[in-house]
Amino acid sequence: MATDEARRPTPFERLYAYLDAPNRRHTVHVIIILLLIVTPFIANQYTTVILTNALLYVVLCLGLNIVVGYAGLLDLGYAAFFAVGAYTIGILTQQFGVNFWLAIPFAIVAAAVAGVVIGAPTLRLRSDYLAIVTLGFGEIVRFTARNLEITGGASGLFAIPEPSLFGWRIDSASDFFYVFAVLAVLAYIASQRLYHSRLGRAWLYVRHDEDAAEAMGIDRVRTKLSAYIIGAIFGAMGGIFFSVNLGAISPESFSFEQSVMILLAVVLGGMGKIPGVILGAFIIVLGPELLRDLDSLRLLVFAVLLLLIMLFRPSGIWPDKRS
Amino acid sequence: MSFFDSFFQQLINGLVLGSFYALVALGYTMVFGVIKLLNFAHGDFYMAGAFVGFGALSLVSGALGAGWMGIFVAMLLAMMAIGCLGVVIERIAYHPMLNAPRLSILITALAVSLVLQNAALALTGGQYTAFSTDIGFGGFEVGNLFISHNQIILVATAAVLMIALELGVSRTMYGRAMRAVSIDKDMCRMMGINVAGVIAVTFFIGSSLAAAAGTMAGAYYGSIWYFMGFLIGLKAFTAAVIGGIGSIPGAMLGGLILGLLESFGTNIEFIGSEWKDVFTFAILILVLVFKPTGLLGKSEVERM
Repeated sequence: MATDEARRPTPFERLYAYLDAPNRRHTVHVIIILLLIVTPFIANQYTTVILTNALLYVVLCLGLNIVVGYAGLLDLGYAAFFAVGAYTIGILTQQFGVNFWLAIPFAIVAAAVAGVVIGAPTLRLRSDYLAIVTLGFGEIVRFTARNLEITGGASGLFAIPEPSLFGWRIDSASDFFYVFAVLAVLAYIASQRLYHSRLGRAWLYVRHDEDAAEAMGIDRVRTKLSAYIIGAIFGAMGGIFFSVNLGAISPESFSFEQSVMILLAVVLGGMGKIPGVILGAFIIVLGPELLRDLDSLRLLVFAVLLLLIMLFRPSGIWPDKRS
Repeated sequence: MSFFDSFFQQLINGLVLGSFYALVALGYTMVFGVIKLLNFAHGDFYMAGAFVGFGALSLVSGALGAGWMGIFVAMLLAMMAIGCLGVVIERIAYHPMLNAPRLSILITALAVSLVLQNAALALTGGQYTAFSTDIGFGGFEVGNLFISHNQIILVATAAVLMIALELGVSRTMYGRAMRAVSIDKDMCRMMGINVAGVIAVTFFIGSSLAAAAGTMAGAYYGSIWYFMGFLIGLKAFTAAVIGGIGSIPGAMLGGLILGLLESFGTNIEFIGSEWKDVFTFAILILVLVFKPTGLLGKSEVERM
């Protein structure tokens, strides 16, 4: 923006620039890793569980950020991939007794296949169509989970066995905090690498001008589809560990509201900006904890918030400079 | 019941369902025509229309009774109110975004939908509200077939509204302006057409049709709740896509086809009624894959 040069940067912009500086980035990383390591020791059980949930949201939001922020495709049924991951693990481990770690590849493949099934026909069309088809797809997945016997119907699956790693049983709140911390860090690294990759630049190009991108030899459909599949895999990873963390899943965990919350976190934080999206995820999870009294009005508050962001600060609280 | 009777009974149910879908689909298609926006909040106009219609009915029922006379007046009031709501929302939320990236306006539309839904949730406490009327259950019996008066009135009202719309769009000056704006906004401005005014009128008509459908559906089914617009919004969108988005006769045709498909499709043994909604989305995806322009849509494939 041209006007940006003329005025003084706001304190927030100075803070972002400070944190973003390449020479300081490693310091920030080290501080965050240390915080993640010590948190279960200093926080009580309740706080640890909430923070674990926030880390799950970080994974989901970084995944949706690839679809919405990087490739510019609106996905309103993202919870569907989360559900595919969770249910695949639930069915394989609880009903067929498959080892948890062996079941993970199946869950990832299932999510990728779901991404292709829904993406391949619609990515050729206008992005509005994709938005509403993903919305429909999210509902199909939820209805299907509710109607099938293998998914436990409306009550869902329960008694999903806890995994163990080399004899270490992952079962306490702090164990799961570390599991999700590792997952969030991996998601962060993957997002960062994708952002700077050739594919990441192709997404940027397609997002800004599809026709020009295609004229430069970028395969439009394949580029979008890859964003869609990678986003689906992130969602499935979240779902895989979500299912074993809770030990029980039901169709209502994967409702439209869930998809909307994930989207809100991404939009709030700043589409395409990794630290912004992480911040958004934390705000969305921790915000309601701080505003417990508002419970019945919680969604209304969030909806108005989303509308205000779009009208007054569409690039989020920590905007991505590249867009 | 013989096969023949059951066929006609499903036909009638399908027509009633299809009239609702068609009225809501018209708003989608008209708004899409003028500003190329999928108005996610459109289903919530239907919901809001049902609530306003319910409120209006309790106001006028003292003077006019809660029969069809009262419902018509309530419906007209709801159409006015929701029409104005549509115009206000367009002004506040969509107008500033018309030149923003498409993703932004789509998210804005989603936000508007959530605001309407959750405002209704906060106001009603999430309970079903009984939409009590005196419309009764009378009807004709033709052989084994039963057609209620209500069904006839509903389909006839929907038909009158749609014919009025079709005449308005094809014969009046505003209709002509609307069609012109959907083709080329910049050129319209140069020709002295008040584009913002045309968009406002389009929003008014589209939202008021959804409100008409909402009030009638409330009276017909007897209960309303804050979430009733979500599913019908999706289904009306499907109807608009089947007919060809942007095409007004297409939306009517698509609504009827979807109503009939649902009515017949879910009565076949192997598709139980619990799969009804999955069935609709499957149709949507199939249409988008094989005929994205719909039955009556323009053949150009727009890219975005």
